[in-house]
Amino acid sequence: MLDTALWICLTLIVLAMALNVYRLAAGPDVPDRLLALDTLYVNSIALIVLLGLRLNTKIYFEAALLIAMLGFVGTMAICRYLLRGDIIE
Amino acid sequence: MTFFVIIEGVLAFLLVAGGIFAFNGSLGMLRLEDFYMRLHGPTKGTTLGIGCVLLASMLYFTVTQREFHVQELLITLFLFLTAPVTGHMLAKTGLHMHVRFSPRSRGSLPEFHDEDVGQGRVARPARARHPWRTRKARRSRLRQGETS
Repeated sequence: MLDTALWICLTLIVLAMALNVYRLAAGPDVPDRLLALDTLYVNSIALIVLLGLRLNTKIYFEAALLIAMLGFVGTMAICRYLLRGDIIE
Repeated sequence: MTFFVIIEGVLAFLLVAGGIFAFNGSLGMLRLEDFYMRLHGPTKGTTLGIGCVLLASMLYFTVTQREFHVQELLITLFLFLTAPVTGHMLAKTGLHMHVRFSPRSRGSLPEFHDEDVGQGRVARPARARHPWRTRKARRSRLRQGETS
């Protein structure tokens, strides 16, 4: 049962990442692409956690935490750049 | 024995719910017609989905390795804290860049300043002045006052 649920979740998250990539490529404006990139990193965290569940190891959590923090900082930096024209004033 | 069956059922439910929520958020981001509508999907659906997945991972490692496992709780807390901030900043960016409105998402924007919706100039902070420079200028000004 757990294996089936894992495969279902993996398939759904990979499909979600495919939709994000479509929006990233075809977004009509810059904030759309930025939103797609933000969602893409959140989904990639879920994918890494699922990989850790599948392989039964704990070494991927640091990678997930690192992706979470760097993704947030990157999104904030691009938002600041688009809003104010400068990242650190 | 029953305990493990129940735990397995809870884990399977959490995994499937997380996958469905994450897919739903991305589907909303793909299908909705406006940037401000599209912002709803990832900020709520995907965050809840990844929360479910991380909760399932935490439960699995707590049960199988027989020790309390809280690293996932750290990631969950961080994501739940940062997702509203990201959504707020993205909405401000969209308003600032004049992203196209759909007629169905039009509303009043009472709480924004003019520069937030792109109607006015962005207020820039005053240029930072070095204290030693102002101190030196004041000293020279004082000296000039003494001489004149």
